[in-house]
Amino acid sequence: MSRRVRMWVLVLGGLGVAALLFAASLDLPEFGGDRHPYGARAVEAALARHTANVVSAVNFDQRAFDTLGEESILFCAALGTVVLLRQTRDEHRVRPEPARVAPPVRRYALVALPVTLLIGLYVVAHGQLSPGGGFQGGVVVATALHLLYIAVDYRALERIRPVGLYATADAAGEAAYLLLGAAGLVAGTAYLTNFLPYGTFGTLASGGMVPLLNAAVGVEVAGGVVVLLASFLDQAVEIEDAAERTGPGETRHPAPPSPSEEKPT
Amino acid sequence: MSVLPYLVAGWIFLIGCYGLATSRNLIHAVGCLAVCQASTYVLLLAVGYRDGGTAPVFSDLRPGARPVVDPVVQALTLTDVVVGATVTALLLALVVQVGKRHGTVNPDELSELRG
Repeated sequence: MSRRVRMWVLVLGGLGVAALLFAASLDLPEFGGDRHPYGARAVEAALARHTANVVSAVNFDQRAFDTLGEESILFCAALGTVVLLRQTRDEHRVRPEPARVAPPVRRYALVALPVTLLIGLYVVAHGQLSPGGGFQGGVVVATALHLLYIAVDYRALERIRPVGLYATADAAGEAAYLLLGAAGLVAGTAYLTNFLPYGTFGTLASGGMVPLLNAAVGVEVAGGVVVLLASFLDQAVEIEDAAERTGPGETRHPAPPSPSEEKPT
Repeated sequence: MSVLPYLVAGWIFLIGCYGLATSRNLIHAVGCLAVCQASTYVLLLAVGYRDGGTAPVFSDLRPGARPVVDPVVQALTLTDVVVGATVTALLLALVVQVGKRHGTVNPDELSELRG
């Protein structure tokens, strides 16, 4: 098929989908309307189960099984990325050169790092109370570590980031979610059904299993995002093709395969 | 114009599709797929919006004091954002490998099979 024909097929298909979407949107509930039967029931159920943040209640209580599937997609995507971006035989690692960072950037990033880390942990821990939860908090925690890359250089980041440990955390978060679900079976209810006391509304110990599942997802997302970013940064900073090696940069030497074992010179 | 937010979502989806179909670069195509996905966020949040509503979080809000927006669609959007980001990362990893093996990321030049 030539490009021209393809464009015509695209135009026809696009117009067809546009017409269907337009017809469908005329039948959708009125924008901003008062009728939200599912929302009203979700709010009611969340309040009955002492969870202040209804979004977390939906994710980790009412739709907990669904979240298990989403979490598994995340886990598999991280796993697939690590497998795809591993070092192949015709590539080798080069030690990244120490980089110079402008002092204001360095100061700001070093001040922001602990604050960001704390905010991330807070967002994970308060998932059942305030806007937040494991998914968002995990991403904040994972990106906080990478402020060290901005503040100092790649080698400093590698020292606080043993990738194997974070990969284990990723798997442990997924396993914790599965096992917490199975604990319901042991307690005599269905899989992923709450069996803990609901606690006092508005405190950290409220919502039954919601804080625990939330924490499991937080650990998994934080580990997964760190591992993902590590694979991409490895590709960008450390791994080089054999072909790229010839040239003026001949003074570089290949590093041993495990970066955690080497001593910074 | 109460259907405008839904139409915006449809428009974002079609723009993403157009970009996907006409893309000359796989990285660009992955970006277009992310745009398509973003249209679902707009659609979901538009379905759940409520006039005068506030966030469905009752830590400092007496239940029943104010209308809240639909928490179900917000929960769907929330998980979709994180999962979408990791799936985009997986696709970009594929593009990195395609670029290394074939020396090009133009889908039109990737027609032949290579062992």
